[in-house]
Amino acid sequence: MKLTEEEEALLDGQEGRAAKKAMEILVALGEIYGARRLVEVKSVQIAGVSYDNLGDAGLSFLQEMAADGRARVHATLNPAGMDLVDWRELGISEAFAEKQKMVVETFARMGVVASCTCTPYFVGNEPGLGDTIAWSESSAVCYANSVLGARTNREGGPSALAAALTGKTAAYGFHLDEKRQPVVSVEVCAPLEEITDYGALGKVLGDKLGSRVPYIQGLRQATTDQLKSLCASIATYGGTAMFHAAGVSPERVKEPDERMAVGSKEIEQAKREMIDDDEVDFVAIGCPHCSLEELREIAGLLQGKQVSIETWIAVARQVKEAAEEEGVAAKIRESGARIAADTCFVVAPIRGRFRCMATNSAKAVFYGRAKNRFKSVFAPLEKLIEIATRP
Amino acid sequence: MDLRGRRIFGGKATGRALVSLEAVSFFGGVNPDTGIVEEEGHPLQGRSVSGRVLVFPQGKGSTVGSYTLYRMMKTGTAPIAILNRECETIVAVGAIIAEIPCMDRIDIDQIPDDAVLLVDADNERVEVVDRVDERS
Repeated sequence: MKLTEEEEALLDGQEGRAAKKAMEILVALGEIYGARRLVEVKSVQIAGVSYDNLGDAGLSFLQEMAADGRARVHATLNPAGMDLVDWRELGISEAFAEKQKMVVETFARMGVVASCTCTPYFVGNEPGLGDTIAWSESSAVCYANSVLGARTNREGGPSALAAALTGKTAAYGFHLDEKRQPVVSVEVCAPLEEITDYGALGKVLGDKLGSRVPYIQGLRQATTDQLKSLCASIATYGGTAMFHAAGVSPERVKEPDERMAVGSKEIEQAKREMIDDDEVDFVAIGCPHCSLEELREIAGLLQGKQVSIETWIAVARQVKEAAEEEGVAAKIRESGARIAADTCFVVAPIRGRFRCMATNSAKAVFYGRAKNRFKSVFAPLEKLIEIATRP
Repeated sequence: MDLRGRRIFGGKATGRALVSLEAVSFFGGVNPDTGIVEEEGHPLQGRSVSGRVLVFPQGKGSTVGSYTLYRMMKTGTAPIAILNRECETIVAVGAIIAEIPCMDRIDIDQIPDDAVLLVDADNERVEVVDRVDERS
């Protein structure tokens, strides 16, 4: 790989130890994946924020990097393991909270914006067509590549941090035109209405395609929130970090020759696979984080009702603040449901705390089962509110 | 016997090989406090990677595994060097942040379990000193 003088200086440690370590990571990844050079990035999204995942090892690595590491580009953070303000309400322990705050403070010291959301594109980190970025968080990576037309590989926490501290990433994979070309055309022959239809479609496609990039027809009507759900699901169940959707994705590509179709039967089957026969004791909405529109809809559905089981609605703090201003947040709280900002049920330390989680997110089903040992009930929003407010 | 490879992270180490022909997941697959492989059904299950030259085709699993390697280094349970057939992000980043000598593009089939290895990642070579031939 060819480095510029400035990059060599960083690698040489002339701008500090953190920048050197960061450059070592970028160069090693570049060599492994056959990059010829580094490219400048416009923004970074960093995963690996929850203390539940990082542990003391991750925290001490971050502290080591924060000694002299500073972000050189706009960098935002993935969800933390708790609401940074109202963590007690979510049943988080004092000990966990202390460590989690240290993690977020350490990132902040490096100049990373403590946005704590998997939807950076809702809070001011919204790249455009052709922008080079280095993001982690698989759902956001897929959204950036597929819906916004920006260019990013699926970074891990440390490699995204390395990009933030240098302003660079190695030019391989989805940074290259040829790697972004779709290889199979998929026609969706099924009515898609609910968020859950898109989540189930993502599971079908992920299971079928693995890491192949599809060209999907039949998504013209999809809303931002529906696409957000599809992105989360397709990246969770398959390895792909992008798709092209006809009439949605801004990038111009050639339709591939290989064709396949996905119908209602497969989508309904995927839904059934995400439903266990158990009694729900936790309702989880907001994976990926809810938009303001979704919060309005939830508030409407909850009006005049009281929840009878623990209900979390996960959002970015900035979106929660907008909902507070409109009075939407207060309406949701009146029902007894909790608005969990800065965090989500995938990264919060809630393993084993609940038995069966009802959610409209196919991604949350996967991690609920794998990480938190929850049974799951996959259902659309209206049904979730019905479950949550059963007398 | 001499093997050539590609440097992922530099450094030198001498020690006995612990060889797995299956991929290794550090997050969830290896107990960072003991260094023992705990993944159910893994060929190295029950064996400790601590102080060994860990030889395996490639990493797998969660990207948090990079931090697990870092934690193992801090705890003193890490392998002293890592040799892969094809290194991927998790192991590469883990080796760099934990500062463990690491190489890939190594013909790992040539390395018998328990052989003494002189790993010289700086010069991209590995010397297999003590071949246990009767294994064949």
